[in-house]
Amino acid sequence: MNLKGKKVTLHDMCLRDGMHAKRHQISLDEMVNIATAMDEAGIPLIEVTHGDGLGGASVNYGFPAHTDEEYLDAVIPKMKNAKVSALQLPGIGTLDHLRMAKDLGVSTIRVATHCTEADVSEQHIGMSAKMGMDTVGFLMMAHMVSAEKVLEQAKLMESYGANCIYCTDSAGYMLPDEVTEKLGLLRAELNPETEIGFHGHHNLAMGIANSLSAIEAGATRIDGSVAGLGAGAGNTPLEVFVAVLNRMGVETGVDLYKISDVAEDLVVPLMDQPIRIDRDALTLGYAGVYSSFLLFAKRAEAKYGVQARDILAELGRRGTVGGQEDMIEDLALTMAKEQGLI
Amino acid sequence: MSQKLKAIIIGPGNIGTDLLMKMKRSEWIEPVWMVGIDPESEGLKRAREMGIKTSAEGVDGVLPHVIKDDIRVAFDATSAYVHAENSRKLNELGVIMIDLTPAAIGPFCVPPVNLKEHTEELKLNVNMVTCGGQATIPMVAAVSRVQEVEYGEIVATVSSRSVGPGTRQNIDEFTRTTSGAVEKVGGAKKGKAIIIINPAEPPLIMRDTIHCLTAEEPDQAAITRSVHDMVAEVQKYVPGYRLVNGPIFDGNRVSVFMEVEGLGDFLPKYAGNLDIMTAAGLRTAEMFAEEAAKGAITLPARGE
Repeated sequence: MNLKGKKVTLHDMCLRDGMHAKRHQISLDEMVNIATAMDEAGIPLIEVTHGDGLGGASVNYGFPAHTDEEYLDAVIPKMKNAKVSALQLPGIGTLDHLRMAKDLGVSTIRVATHCTEADVSEQHIGMSAKMGMDTVGFLMMAHMVSAEKVLEQAKLMESYGANCIYCTDSAGYMLPDEVTEKLGLLRAELNPETEIGFHGHHNLAMGIANSLSAIEAGATRIDGSVAGLGAGAGNTPLEVFVAVLNRMGVETGVDLYKISDVAEDLVVPLMDQPIRIDRDALTLGYAGVYSSFLLFAKRAEAKYGVQARDILAELGRRGTVGGQEDMIEDLALTMAKEQGLI
Repeated sequence: MSQKLKAIIIGPGNIGTDLLMKMKRSEWIEPVWMVGIDPESEGLKRAREMGIKTSAEGVDGVLPHVIKDDIRVAFDATSAYVHAENSRKLNELGVIMIDLTPAAIGPFCVPPVNLKEHTEELKLNVNMVTCGGQATIPMVAAVSRVQEVEYGEIVATVSSRSVGPGTRQNIDEFTRTTSGAVEKVGGAKKGKAIIIINPAEPPLIMRDTIHCLTAEEPDQAAITRSVHDMVAEVQKYVPGYRLVNGPIFDGNRVSVFMEVEGLGDFLPKYAGNLDIMTAAGLRTAEMFAEEAAKGAITLPARGE
């Protein structure tokens, strides 16, 4: 694979996707320290919000240690070069949240929908684009449908005003050939000025390999997370990816030593559990299940005695999508009754 | 003389058609007109085949017939954008408006919780909140009538096939309207609503999760009893309203997991979200009719 001379924008997720792994309990100081160190290391774009995006604070997804407003307001003024992005899922967050994010200095809005439901994003993408923000359409769980379907939905988001489209492997299920096919079709068929991006999860240890395939297919934005801090077995580990890209001659503008120090000295120490491919995270990738379900399934196992792996596999069979965290306790109760545990 | 109230349905889409099919069976409401804006629309054709008069010129097309045909109640299944005008024009002629859009210019109505108040006061415009609201607010109210609810949160998961373009283009309206009604009707001090659209095939039956955070430690026995009673109330007009799990208690959190299967009148049974809206709307109109027949309320006066 020859990627020499290509330029890629790396987008860090550890303060947003990493919120899942931290049950949304990252402190303001931790956020500011990590963001500042990433800025210093040359990361150009950093995502900051509740794990489920603006307005995600809830019983269903977890109440965060601080509001989105508090996090954004603490981090953004400290940034010298890095820009800050915010995620938003229509159905959870609203246009009011977008306006709040804009007022606080967020530069990039990423509007996320399930990969078949792009038409719920028209209002949000439209408003973000109208406010002059860098506007990304983020198609989640893209492994569940064909490349043609992803393209159809991407074109909707493009028509609403998105200047960048992401193919998102929320379950960490994809293998490199699938990434090549999907990103390749997006690159061939979307407007040439529309950027394309890839967001991976490391549940089958494919984060790096898939991201390389994405770059080869034409992606210019790649999500990763310092030390991999993210839902499931985490995201593409960013410091590792920087090292690989350095060797392949891809320009990122990120300082390898500095970013590996951020991982080692700041991010790893705050992990509540090792971010690794344990049997449950592996099940996410193997069965194609939304990565943030992991800790909910583990908690249900602890509470009701049903194996997390069985719960996750059943959620995969039922075709659950991002945001259906409430299904986990419901299903665990039903399974526990069937198994005579309660 | 029949005591049925004569009705018009505005909007011949999924909701309007399902409503029409239910109304044909009603002992209290008689469908007379179906109103649309496209003469070629499938919905208007279906209505004609069912022997209903149709107009393709919007509400204006039916206004000259309101008094002559003794229309007393209207169901608006169009969009929030046009509802206010529709309502104003029909209210002027003394027609009670049941609003199935998220416009919410009139008070929210969730039949087992607050329908009686609205009929007693003869409200001329009542709003049916949203499908997610109809499915969940009875449960919030079932907890809040036992003890104070600091926070009520509902998660509605619906099949992709059952969500029409109106909801998709303005999904914020769902979140805003539903969370408002979780407070105003459900009785939670603060409300939050989340909607998830799932494209699985075969389509999933509507699912709803209701979380309440009570101010004091929950009275488990009383809440459990209240929830079961409320489920039975809703089942009177939506037989497929089922408690799947719960109430479960975790500290001050009370959670209830529901499934709503429709009657399969127009859309298949998985679209319980559609059914619970139309059934609630029809139930509301029937209550007005019953009260009028008893003489408990007097419908707006008609000229000649």
